[in-house]
Amino acid sequence: MTTPIVYASAGVAMLCIALFGFLTARHVLRRILALNIVGSGVFMMLVALAARPDPPDPIPHALVMTGIVVGVCVTALALALLRRMFADEGSARLPEDREFG
Amino acid sequence: MTADAAALDILLAVLLVFLVWRLLTLSDLFKATILFIVFGLLLSLAWVRLRAPDVALAEAAIGSGVTGALVLDALRRLGAHGAVDEARPLRLNLARLSGGLLVACLGAILLWSVLSLPAGWRGLSAEAMAAMPHSGVTNPVTASLLNFRSHDTLLEIAVLMLAVLGVWTLDAEPKPSAEPAGPILDLLVRILLPLMVVVAGYLLWAGGHAPGGAFQGAAVLAAGGILLHLARPFYLGNHVIIRLVIGFGFAVFLAIGVMLVVGGGRFLEFPSRHAGTLILVVEAAATISIALILLALFVGNVREGAGRDAP
Repeated sequence: MTTPIVYASAGVAMLCIALFGFLTARHVLRRILALNIVGSGVFMMLVALAARPDPPDPIPHALVMTGIVVGVCVTALALALLRRMFADEGSARLPEDREFG
Repeated sequence: MTADAAALDILLAVLLVFLVWRLLTLSDLFKATILFIVFGLLLSLAWVRLRAPDVALAEAAIGSGVTGALVLDALRRLGAHGAVDEARPLRLNLARLSGGLLVACLGAILLWSVLSLPAGWRGLSAEAMAAMPHSGVTNPVTASLLNFRSHDTLLEIAVLMLAVLGVWTLDAEPKPSAEPAGPILDLLVRILLPLMVVVAGYLLWAGGHAPGGAFQGAAVLAAGGILLHLARPFYLGNHVIIRLVIGFGFAVFLAIGVMLVVGGGRFLEFPSRHAGTLILVVEAAATISIALILLALFVGNVREGAGRDAP
């Protein structure tokens, strides 16, 4: 009974740390990694709570699998945007972040 | 639950949170990316502990594998200068205080809602299990993905196609000169590629009654393609055949849905007598398309020696 609570709490912690990192990071690649982890935190909460009944609830599992695949799409598109910005402007930071240290 | 298992769970949970904190604060983004891949692999271990083997397979192959390859490839193109980030993201200062407080509030609310769920809460598992005999398959996750929630999965494949279009549109840089692959990678590809094709086929077939399915199979197939691309770089341009194969899975899925409407049923509501066959057909078509889509996301649209379009 404790296993789902342990992982769900870890999911909340991952989500919060990564969300704060997403807000404060300057480098776009770091932001993409943080966004991925925000997603993983949400997935962790969903799957942990789905593990409480026996057998586990398959609906959150299917939702999370859809989420993982959409996540890789978002990552690929964001990385393509980053590559294009870096090729055009020579910086891996968004324009409003470039003046900061 | 034994004490060993509880210790493993707590250790894994703490390790995951620690990795997140580490990879968000390291100034070397290459190290951060490696930690991100490790994080994904440990996450699949956590999925196994949470009795979600389908999610574990998808995480290991897509979440950690393909995403890791994509990030490493982007990092290589940023070069040594672009891969360093001296800004300290997680450091708290006055300007970040409001954001930190908001995130902390969100965390407290989430934690409270997780802990206050009644112990007997069962989610939708009873409804899903009751509908299983009509789903045509015996793996409940495959049943949810391709039968109960087939609209979502259809549109998910559409999202994948849109992402490829986006990457093709954005990628206009000339390809960095591809160094010839060493004999070790070449040999590895020769041994691994046939195995990966077989494993992908097995995962697709097994999806009906055991952990596996179209997405996991496609991810393994795409990983094989990425390995092949690393050993012998090829150009996967927007050739008409490539476009047709990328759209094939979506087209088959949609055609079956429309056929059901014409036959007097509802859109994507599989009749239980033929559901197993229809799901296998959709999954087989989707596997090929998704594998090519994931590979196209990695290869992008760069061409040897092609210059960037003039603005």
